[in-house]
Amino acid sequence: MSDTAVSISSPQITELIDLIKKVHGFDFSGYTKASLKRRVTRIMQLKKLEFYDLKHILVNDQHFFQDFLEEITVNVTEMFRDPLFYQALNQQVIPYLSTYQHAKIWCAGCSTGEEVYSVAVLLREAGLSKKSFIYGTDINTEVLKEARKGIYSLRSIKSYAENYQFTGLKGSISDNFTILYDAASIHNELKQNTLFSVHNLVSDDVFNEFQLISCRNVFIYFETELQERILELFYKSLCPLGYLCLGSKETIRSDVFKKKFKVINQKENIYQKIGT
Amino acid sequence: MGPDKNLLERWHTTEILLLGGSAGSFKLLFQLVKGLPADLDKTVIIVIHRKRNFFSEIEKLFAENSFLPIREIEDKDIVKKNTIYIAPVNYHTLIENDGYFSLDVSEAVWYSKPSIDVTFESAAEVYKDRCMAILFSGANQDGAEGMLKLRQTGAVTIAQHPDDAEMDEMPTAAININAATYVLRTDEIFKLLHT
Repeated sequence: MSDTAVSISSPQITELIDLIKKVHGFDFSGYTKASLKRRVTRIMQLKKLEFYDLKHILVNDQHFFQDFLEEITVNVTEMFRDPLFYQALNQQVIPYLSTYQHAKIWCAGCSTGEEVYSVAVLLREAGLSKKSFIYGTDINTEVLKEARKGIYSLRSIKSYAENYQFTGLKGSISDNFTILYDAASIHNELKQNTLFSVHNLVSDDVFNEFQLISCRNVFIYFETELQERILELFYKSLCPLGYLCLGSKETIRSDVFKKKFKVINQKENIYQKIGT
Repeated sequence: MGPDKNLLERWHTTEILLLGGSAGSFKLLFQLVKGLPADLDKTVIIVIHRKRNFFSEIEKLFAENSFLPIREIEDKDIVKKNTIYIAPVNYHTLIENDGYFSLDVSEAVWYSKPSIDVTFESAAEVYKDRCMAILFSGANQDGAEGMLKLRQTGAVTIAQHPDDAEMDEMPTAAININAATYVLRTDEIFKLLHT
């Protein structure tokens, strides 16, 4: 079978991680290996590369590395993915944000921006658009370009609309878009209070103080030690009593951080910073 | 007729039981799990296609009818014996070398997330001949490639007999690429797992 012809061994993955770190400065050593392996195998199949060729091209072709980075990180995202999470966010966190003169929100690992705009919709519905600002960050410059554009295919909007129905929010998701041919463009009103910028959770530090940090379906790609390091970063980036949201299947596993965060919603993994 | 002696021997020594199914396999898997004893001494991993945003109580249903604890997999859960794991919807489930699960939200495979192929291939990498996989009824070809990989790494692979499958496309796809070590009737599968 052609599919099984190309594959990569665990020592080869380690070799690749070392090489990428040396040549490009990106550290993937804390990433989960099964997923990494699957992504690398996929790239090798797509580009028809043997392991040796892959190493060669990674060293010598800067353009290729950008493609590689885009392929190796998973950029599948949706607006209102896990509708019940957004329902919980709306009921349990938004009222807290409204007590601030100005609330700052960080969506870490925001990919093409769907989650940032979902939060923006929630804030608009709550009348907080003018009192809030959302930072979307990712390690990947290409996806951030897409995020800034805020243009999504009509096909994906259809499934986002289905998600939206389950959130219990008023109105319709289409209130937030202008539809042109087969694409939907996010209203400027929602884009106004957003900023998309490069930030690498593995190597970059605190850059602001936030009332809410949302980092969903990013931890699944990290081993537990790296997760703990990033929890430290989030802890330092949150104001006292600030909120942290993880993905629906991601929990805080570290005993140290279990003590530093209070569980607000067990099912949706919403936490609140306690202590100082 | 009882199960093949060789097969029975492999079942007794297997550490991981992988069950894959789609349309037309839910009831069957449910009954199969119901008959597994509390001292099974194996890990059971179930990958079944499910509809997104359909908040089913599948885990609860399974749990109320099983001697073994049921867990919908969460990220970084440790793979334990005597536990039945169910792959969560809208994620792929992978298995890491050091014995824990990791999840992945990447593109659907065969329009499916969870994909049976993804979990089977990952299990093949980690457990090789220490696992057994059974592929049941379904209306697409997910699982066939994963079964093949498992077979190539020494696992025992079983396809439900297409005549017994409500939707035969899935087991047939596996049989067609020679991914199934055995093709068994439904009652033979039950006999094997419940001995």
